[in-house]
Amino acid sequence: MAPVLTVKDLSVRFALHESEVTAVNNLNFTLEAGETMAVVGESGSGKSQAFLALMGLMAKNGTVTGQALLGDVDLLALSKTELNQYRGRDVAMIFQDPMTSLNPALRLKQQLAEVLVLHKGQDQKQAEASAIAMLERVGIPEPAKRANAYPHQLSGGMRQRVMIAMALLCQPKILIADEPTTALDVTVQAQMLDLFKTLTDDFGTSLVLITHDLGVVAGVADRMMVMYGGRAVEKGSVDDLFYDPRHPYTLGLLHSTPHIAKRAERLDPIQGMPPSLEHLPQGCAFNPRCAFAFDRCMVERPALTAAGEGREKACFHEGPMRYGKVA
Amino acid sequence: MLADNRIKSVASAEAIASEVPAKGRSLWKDAGRRFMANRAALTSLIVLLAVVVFTIVGPFFARWSIEKIDWSVVGNVINAGAPSLETGHYFGTDEVGRDLYSRVIQGTQISLLVGLVGSAIAVIVGTIYGAIAGYFGGRLDSLMMRFVDIIYSIPYMFILILLLIVFGRSFIMLFVGIGLISWLGMSRVVRGQTLTLKNREFVEAAIATGSKPRDVIFRHIVPNLLGIVAIYATLLVPEMILLESFISFLGLGVQEPNTSLGALISEGAQTMQYGTIWQLAFPLFFFITILFTFFFVGDGLRDALDPKDR
Amino acid sequence: MNQTPVNLLEIRNLKKTFSIGGEGLFSRPLTLTALEDINFTIRKDETLGIVGESGSGKSTLGRCILQLLSPDQGQVLWLGQDLTKLPAEEMRKRRQDLQIIFQDPLASLNPRMTVGEIIADPLRTLRPELSKEQRRERVLKTMAAVGLLPEMINRYPHEFSGGQAQRIGIARALVTEPKLIVCDEPVSALDVSIQAQILNLLAELKDAFGLTLIFISHNLSVVRHVSDRILVLYLGRIVELATGDEIYMDPKHPYTRALLTAVPIPDPRLARQRTIDGLKGEIPSPINPTSGCTFRTRCRFAQPQCAETRPVLETLDGGRLVACHRWREIEAAEPIGASA
Repeated sequence: MAPVLTVKDLSVRFALHESEVTAVNNLNFTLEAGETMAVVGESGSGKSQAFLALMGLMAKNGTVTGQALLGDVDLLALSKTELNQYRGRDVAMIFQDPMTSLNPALRLKQQLAEVLVLHKGQDQKQAEASAIAMLERVGIPEPAKRANAYPHQLSGGMRQRVMIAMALLCQPKILIADEPTTALDVTVQAQMLDLFKTLTDDFGTSLVLITHDLGVVAGVADRMMVMYGGRAVEKGSVDDLFYDPRHPYTLGLLHSTPHIAKRAERLDPIQGMPPSLEHLPQGCAFNPRCAFAFDRCMVERPALTAAGEGREKACFHEGPMRYGKVA
Repeated sequence: MLADNRIKSVASAEAIASEVPAKGRSLWKDAGRRFMANRAALTSLIVLLAVVVFTIVGPFFARWSIEKIDWSVVGNVINAGAPSLETGHYFGTDEVGRDLYSRVIQGTQISLLVGLVGSAIAVIVGTIYGAIAGYFGGRLDSLMMRFVDIIYSIPYMFILILLLIVFGRSFIMLFVGIGLISWLGMSRVVRGQTLTLKNREFVEAAIATGSKPRDVIFRHIVPNLLGIVAIYATLLVPEMILLESFISFLGLGVQEPNTSLGALISEGAQTMQYGTIWQLAFPLFFFITILFTFFFVGDGLRDALDPKDR
Repeated sequence: MNQTPVNLLEIRNLKKTFSIGGEGLFSRPLTLTALEDINFTIRKDETLGIVGESGSGKSTLGRCILQLLSPDQGQVLWLGQDLTKLPAEEMRKRRQDLQIIFQDPLASLNPRMTVGEIIADPLRTLRPELSKEQRRERVLKTMAAVGLLPEMINRYPHEFSGGQAQRIGIARALVTEPKLIVCDEPVSALDVSIQAQILNLLAELKDAFGLTLIFISHNLSVVRHVSDRILVLYLGRIVELATGDEIYMDPKHPYTRALLTAVPIPDPRLARQRTIDGLKGEIPSPINPTSGCTFRTRCRFAQPQCAETRPVLETLDGGRLVACHRWREIEAAEPIGASA
């Protein structure tokens, strides 16, 4: 089957006062129908900017190049009005803070129905009924009653559920979730992740989960893409990357994440700090923080190349990667 | 004790390379840079400084004092009193034959002085008053702010006029009157800002590290208020000038032969119908220039000190 | 450690309420009970983790211990001396021993002061006898201890990244050589790789300086990583207190059990295998607390008795605490090991 989304050479640049930074650099990936792909990275890795660009939601000083093929339509070549047709209908996005995406002055059913009236041409009554049905699907108790509420009357978890309901109303092919559970409590986060799993299974929606939390990734994603300094540094199945990371950054992230089941005396953090996009190091962007870096890494940037079945990495080292003392 | 050998391992393992020079960029310097990049504000500041310089240097070129009546123009102001280099009345004369050049300079000085003094009182009294009310909160805050409300609710123009009539018109009375009301708005702004600052973690951190209340207010809160105080004070200057002009316009301001821009404009407006338009034009030009430049400088300051609000 | 542990701090019957609203003329203030019936001790040299979700009162507890908030009731005994009764000036001096590290590293640093001024500030007020040179020397030593370079001393907070700013915050807390530091979510605002650096730094500083730490976080994995004992709070009450291993391997309270299954595990196979003990709903509002056990509204083991009486905090072997009517029955019915 053809992938739902094929992204080719996606680059996002921002003009600053006197310079220009490249927030996303030559990103290539495909998204299969019904799969969940996690995009992992720290602040400044470009993980959010890449997808905001796909949705046409960039800041004013940004420019995008490349292709994002949804079927045979290039999302990046569309005008604002054309893009509006696809946005919400075929591709939906939810954010960390649901309050910023909900209109505080409108009742929930009005906001939800508006999407259906706009994209599906349903009449108001019909749309409201579908909206209430969707609220029930995402696990909101007493949906008919809650539909009359205003956003501020709901708790954080409920608001995020409403956002998901809104995103799924048109049964989009792709749902992009940018740190959807970061602001939520652990027990509510668990409910949310569970909801994502059932919903992607039921609707066949492909989910892009942008997160910094490897624990969240392990629970729901099928594949993952690790980003660093605006580029993808490793891609592959979740199991491959967790149990056999081939890029030192992936390895470092794994060793930086405390594990509830293991009480290690010390974590093995990555030294130093994420790079500033304005001053990316020469050669491999990760080299100042890399325990494995050698001469070549300082001058030449490794390209993203195949590293076995269905996986790619951008590193000159061959074979499995382990810290000396780690079993 | 801080034993060096114990901590060395930590330090070397975690040492972070720094690319930036050791001298820090303070927020003030950053703001200064942003202000300089704002062309309207910078131009206004230069024009404003030029006006100030003019009021200092200008008198040296004056051939007439502010009160000397040029008898040669009296009765024929419309012709003989027009601006002219020959007569030495660069800006012409007023209706009674006094040199407008000297009078405009003096009026500008007075107006600027009134604005600056009013603003300075606001900065000193308003900042301390507002910061104390906001920081201590509770009953003290309620008491202090209700007091401000009460003064605010009294029609100040009425009080001011009463003051000037009862105690006679004088500079001191004018400053007292303006000073009485100028700090009210400032104290409210500062109190509001203090309330938000008070809940910031660095203030809590200061308390947690054992700072005395006085230190918390003057070392941690007030320096962070100065941005908004500077903006407000700059915008207050033209407001005070306007207030003084209004009082002078009513004929209650500065006493003759002293004058202010407001008084000059008032006189100029009365004689406009006789065709002596310069009597209005010169003071009005300085008046408008000062107001506009102050507003632009204040605006520029706001953008420079608070870049998020743009 | 074989010697009997010294109790550095003892919290007795602590209660803290906030009144919200009621500022206006006509609205009656609502009372929010942030903490109630808090009883526990902190031993010298240990790291006590405090976990809880939003509204659990974990940050309020940290601030009540440091007297940044004054509790309504109860005692905070520091080496036997009740801090809540201490006059303000004496408490201020006592702060030499009790310090705090904040969640948002940049917000906790005064933007108008240089790094050197920020770190020296506690010395200025608490150790006025030190000369300027002595102060500077100590600041530099402390900066070195937390991994900051000496040339950073004249820079301003906004020139630093989150991780570095947190190091400045740690240096400020450390400079008076305190005995106890309350760490209030010290790594939640940081990137993953930086989080690990700061956690390691805290562990090393703890050993090097002989610190006792109170580590407050919503992240159970992080708390488990750093803590000797863990206190679990739910809606302002202690539900369980035990060692990290006990909490993880043998949780007694149904809330702890549920929390453990909800914690994301960075291990795909384990994550897929386990079943999440899906807690119903969300944390109720602390304004109108439920009768009986506060957790009963979300507890799948709740029975009528849970609504009637509030469970007391029971002390078990080895000093662990648990507050649940039914933990023995629950343990018998669903032994741990079946899940997790």
